Amino acid sequence: MGSNMAEAHPVGFQWVMEAKEKGATVIHVDPRFTRTSALCDLHVPLRAGSDICFLGGVVNYIFEHDLVFRDYVAPYTNASFIVNEDFTDTEDLDGLFSGWDERRTGYDRSSWQYEHEGEGGTLAEPSTREHATGHSCGASGPRLEGGSGPIRRDPTLEHPRCVYQLLKRHFARYRPEMVAEVCGTPVEQFLKVCAAWTSASGRERTAAVVYAVGWTQHTSGAQLIRTAAIIQLLLGNIGRPGGGIMAMRGHASIQGSTDIPTLFNLLPGYLPMPTAETGSDLATYLAAVKADRQKGFWRLADAYMVSLLKEYFGERASAENDFGFDWLPRTSGDHGTYRSVMDMVDGKVSGYFLLGQNPAVGSAHGRLQRLGLANLDWLVVRDLTMIESATFFGDAPEIATGEIVPSRCKTEVFFFPAAAHTEKEGSFTQTQRMLQWRDKAVAPKGDQRSELWFFYHLGRKIKALVADSGDERDEPLRALWWDYAVVGDEPQAEDVLRRINGYDERSGRLLDGYVELKADGTTSCGCWIYSGVFAGGINQAARRTPGSAKDPYALAWGWVWPANRRILYNRAAADPDGRPWSQAKACVWWDEERGEWIGHDVPDFEKSKAPSYVAPPDAVGPDALSGDDPFIMQADGKGWLMAPNGLEDGPFPTHYEPHESPVANALYAQQANPTRRVYPRPDNPSNPAPSEGHREVFPFVLTTARLTEHHTAGAMSRTLPYLSELQPALCVEVSPELARLRDLEHLGWAHVITSRAAIEARVVVTDRMAPLVVQREVVHQVWMPYHFGARGLVTGDAVNDLFGVALDPNVFIQETKAATCDIRPGRRPRGPQLSELLARYRARAGISSETGTARDATPPGGGRDGEQEA
Amino acid sequence: MRLAANSLSGPVEDVAGQAGHREHPPRMGFFTDTSVCIGCKACEVACKEWNEVPEDGLNLLGMSMDNTGSLGASSWRHVAFIEQPRRLARHDAGIAGLPVGPSGTEATAGIVESALRRAPRGGGELGTSPYEPGHVPAVPLADGPERTDFRWLMMSDVCKHCTHAACLDVCPTGALVRTEFGTVVVQQDICNGCGYCVSACPFGVIDRRPGDGRAHKCTLCYDRLRGGLEPACAKACPTSSIQYGELDALHERARGRLEALRASGVAEARLYGEDATDGVGGCGAFFLLLDEPAVYGLPSTPVVASRDLPAMWKAAGVAALGLLAAALSAFMEPRER
Amino acid sequence: MGTRGWLESWPVWRQLSGADPLGRGVAAESPRQRAIRPRTADADRVVHSVCPYCAVGCAQNVYVKDGEVIQIEGNPDSPISRGRLCPKGSASKQLVTGPQREQKVRYRAPYSSEWTDLDLDVAMDMVAERVLAARDKGWQNHDEHGRPLRRTMGIASLGGATLDNEENYLIKKLFTALGAIQIENQARI
Repeated sequence: MGSNMAEAHPVGFQWVMEAKEKGATVIHVDPRFTRTSALCDLHVPLRAGSDICFLGGVVNYIFEHDLVFRDYVAPYTNASFIVNEDFTDTEDLDGLFSGWDERRTGYDRSSWQYEHEGEGGTLAEPSTREHATGHSCGASGPRLEGGSGPIRRDPTLEHPRCVYQLLKRHFARYRPEMVAEVCGTPVEQFLKVCAAWTSASGRERTAAVVYAVGWTQHTSGAQLIRTAAIIQLLLGNIGRPGGGIMAMRGHASIQGSTDIPTLFNLLPGYLPMPTAETGSDLATYLAAVKADRQKGFWRLADAYMVSLLKEYFGERASAENDFGFDWLPRTSGDHGTYRSVMDMVDGKVSGYFLLGQNPAVGSAHGRLQRLGLANLDWLVVRDLTMIESATFFGDAPEIATGEIVPSRCKTEVFFFPAAAHTEKEGSFTQTQRMLQWRDKAVAPKGDQRSELWFFYHLGRKIKALVADSGDERDEPLRALWWDYAVVGDEPQAEDVLRRINGYDERSGRLLDGYVELKADGTTSCGCWIYSGVFAGGINQAARRTPGSAKDPYALAWGWVWPANRRILYNRAAADPDGRPWSQAKACVWWDEERGEWIGHDVPDFEKSKAPSYVAPPDAVGPDALSGDDPFIMQADGKGWLMAPNGLEDGPFPTHYEPHESPVANALYAQQANPTRRVYPRPDNPSNPAPSEGHREVFPFVLTTARLTEHHTAGAMSRTLPYLSELQPALCVEVSPELARLRDLEHLGWAHVITSRAAIEARVVVTDRMAPLVVQREVVHQVWMPYHFGARGLVTGDAVNDLFGVALDPNVFIQETKAATCDIRPGRRPRGPQLSELLARYRARAGISSETGTARDATPPGGGRDGEQEA
Repeated sequence: MRLAANSLSGPVEDVAGQAGHREHPPRMGFFTDTSVCIGCKACEVACKEWNEVPEDGLNLLGMSMDNTGSLGASSWRHVAFIEQPRRLARHDAGIAGLPVGPSGTEATAGIVESALRRAPRGGGELGTSPYEPGHVPAVPLADGPERTDFRWLMMSDVCKHCTHAACLDVCPTGALVRTEFGTVVVQQDICNGCGYCVSACPFGVIDRRPGDGRAHKCTLCYDRLRGGLEPACAKACPTSSIQYGELDALHERARGRLEALRASGVAEARLYGEDATDGVGGCGAFFLLLDEPAVYGLPSTPVVASRDLPAMWKAAGVAALGLLAAALSAFMEPRER
Repeated sequence: MGTRGWLESWPVWRQLSGADPLGRGVAAESPRQRAIRPRTADADRVVHSVCPYCAVGCAQNVYVKDGEVIQIEGNPDSPISRGRLCPKGSASKQLVTGPQREQKVRYRAPYSSEWTDLDLDVAMDMVAERVLAARDKGWQNHDEHGRPLRRTMGIASLGGATLDNEENYLIKKLFTALGAIQIENQARI
């Protein structure tokens, strides 16, 4: 679901084909019949953006048919934990949870917490709002004071306030008929999915879930993935071979770009950036990352952070100066890429670096992106080829409309040609966390340089400029350790990777793993989860030993973080006594004689901690993990069916309609995710919600995806003849029914319209698109690939121009997988006529800046009785 | 001078030996299993990268996901996409019965067909040179109660490397030769561009390249085979839909695969081009298909170029377009651009 | 080809004298045909690499001759990809050797409609100066409550996700020391 794996990840799909050959049932749930659907046993259509309802329906099916894998769920998840009696579910508040704060349009999470044994009961989180606003979700593990216990439990799972019962009740109305009404999926087909999925559960069998940006690019994206996690936990499919939830990531090192982030809210290894609230000193910062009384390895965040500061500032970082913590900048809220672009439009940003990225095509709301680019002091673009984000001053659509005038556009543009992957050495981290080292094949030509070269020398030049400034502001630059090994003028990537791996500062020895990290300044480490990539002084990522029958996990090919573990949380691949659940599904197990965990994979558990081990009540951190706590990064050691912390939009996933939807929420009065990030501005209009009327103006659902033959914003495919000829034009796929409705001709032109843009494409009429019946009405869906732009061998309008900016509240990812639109035959108007067309559409739909951005949509005065509605 | 048995038709035991290769490797070929093809077109690109075949047109053809059109001088692998309003064995497309309207497959096929007919070479440009369908006439879509079932077949086509290769037989210059692997290749230093091979090929595979004039087609990566490597397309193929190997072993494997598919309910699965008694003495590149050959644009009984085209049209629908184009191009006076 | 070579390659002569009486094989082979071999056999070296497109992480072998990439194909040893590549991965050679690659630094002055050339080192100096100026322009020492911010809002960055880990590391490190916080990546998108 949410992935078109055969098309977007064809080589990965060979393993799915092989599993099918061996008897696995392969199901594709997708709005569109794709090349993936053609090869699966079952394709199940659903309306784009309705996935949580679909998955919630599966959760309900599991409970209703008593299919929970209790031997796994009871010991390994938080199912038995008792929750605060103040907790109120969406069933009782018409789509909101307890703790809703109308003024801040967010939640106070204190009522979502566990109850504790003994005095005090609930250990309420102090000022949860401050500690875990959206921008710090996704950083570290959710902090949880009291995670190390004693948490009140009911092992029978009968207590009405235990997580198990709350979850069951939360999804009780997500019945097959409701799924059909919301998703448009026929009941019979939905039940086929439920039957197949739940049959792959228990000791002998597992099921795996594959998703991609079809799940993430939504205003409830994080919760969507959580719903799948809940199902997989209930079926005992996490931490086991053939189980899990696979994110099919779309770029060679996008996993690496998250681990070693260039993201505003993260430091390397998912340590959060200091904020204005947490940034007064190192101790305050660390107290926000980890609670005092919690389990697991995040409790050691002080060692990870101090070691990072030692890498950043070398000898200048010492206990006396808080290891240079005060030199770090502090965030305050949202500094994501979309926020920054609006700030560019508003003239608040001077300079912008684009490093192998083409937001004029690849980011949502292309017009906003280009207007931002045109309003900078300077712009640096580094890429293999000329891209639309560099040439906007000559070929942006806004030149035709008069919104960008080259002779009045002040942005100074520097284009630096980049070195290709064959022209530099370095590591990529692929989608299953594997680092693979690339050797350099040839030298780049002319001015082509690696990013490593560019940033090393930029840093060198800047350090030289501020060396004698005397300005306190420049102190972190002066303190910055920047003495990486250089050959010729090329910095050595392997030396950088060594520093990322980390050193024992006293002996100069490369560390073997993160367990060696210390909080006293005696170790340095650029990214704690990557520590071990140079274990034994060897570049483990460069290893190229193929797998074999004896080594089915190919443990000597590349290196997987953490500690070369291929399956995360694989302690759960053994039963509570440490034996494999079954021989067919054996992965790691407890060897009683040797007194350690062994198996095919590297155990993701302390090697000599017995399954029967019970942690003492006053222990904290790793010491507090008992032998049946497989989830060693979690603050309570358990898999979370309910998330008391870490999420902005609720402890349980809930079906909300997309920010733009043609239908009202059939489950709750609350229409869309109340905590989604919206930006009501005249240049970021939203199409109206159903309750605001004018549904007929944008009646269709729009969704986008990749084609096998192209790559994201097109710079690496539209420029190549062999790929361009395979998909030479922007097309829009419509069903025969929609073609009839809108008078569209196969291979003719059509234009697609939203309140932001109108773009044109060639029409492909196909049975692969089928309208669905949703709430007794026919809903049509429109699909487009988003690879095209103004440059290259094949060109076309940028599909991302159609979308506005509305974001998931946890991870700030935009909703580009579901929106509303209109489609009309013929090409779009040009120049000022285009602006007029859009103005007419906005007028017809009654659109103002505020349209579609209401967050709390429940009726005043509280909720209704959910039980009666069922 | 002596002629071996079945020199011009029928089964041949040792096809390379018959061409004078005394010590030669076993006959090598392709088994293309269309039941696992994901239509990714890696074969087309890998072929072009290795053989340095030029790009041959940047035009949207409206033939499902196929923008290559047919095999030709600059397309040595061609992935055909066939959308059909019918079911594939136990596969559930999830579309049948949606109460929204009838299939549009036939109507869109008709639109493409009429557009191709109006092309200068009747669509023979496909796979060889750029072709812009331009404005295409509208075909009204039918009204009806509900969707029928649906399936999407994909198949990577290639030169068949026939046991009795008409292209080779008619070549007056000796440019086309049988290699020690039993494959058929054009020697580019010999070919004079006469085009006899183009009209002789019963599959519409070989064609002349505009600007170059010489005939081009798949060589089964002859140079790679000489170095002990497998052909580029087979090596790249993500799902092993294209398998390369000794022809006898491939036949064995294909028969096993066919049995397995039939046992799992795919009654229509069949082999194509593996039969040594067919009109070309069997093919060095053969296929496992999930429908009539005509549906994929393949001749049902390949012997000569003048086949029963109208009958094929009825059977094939949209899928026959590539074949029609290729066949028409074979009939037409070869013409330089 | 000289007359003598032509005579030797005359098919009729070879047909009559060899085991290929119909002239459809050995007898018709040209000298070029007989000498043919894969161009990778002439490679100076084969370099281990990884496909730069999606995140599956298919292993590539890069064949190099005379300092140029002459072929890129899958590495069969890989437990991830088993030597296979999709159409994009198969087009990698065109990606790295094609004429679409820019080789020169280009510069667009404010209010101009044209690109001009710029020396790489001069461009680096200009960017370094502009970074410090932009940093100062957007500098914030404290928030409205007097809490330290120590940051600049004057610089933003958006990186693609085909950058190496080592590159991302230096990018984040340098920008953090500069106080620039609006440092983002495709991973947000």
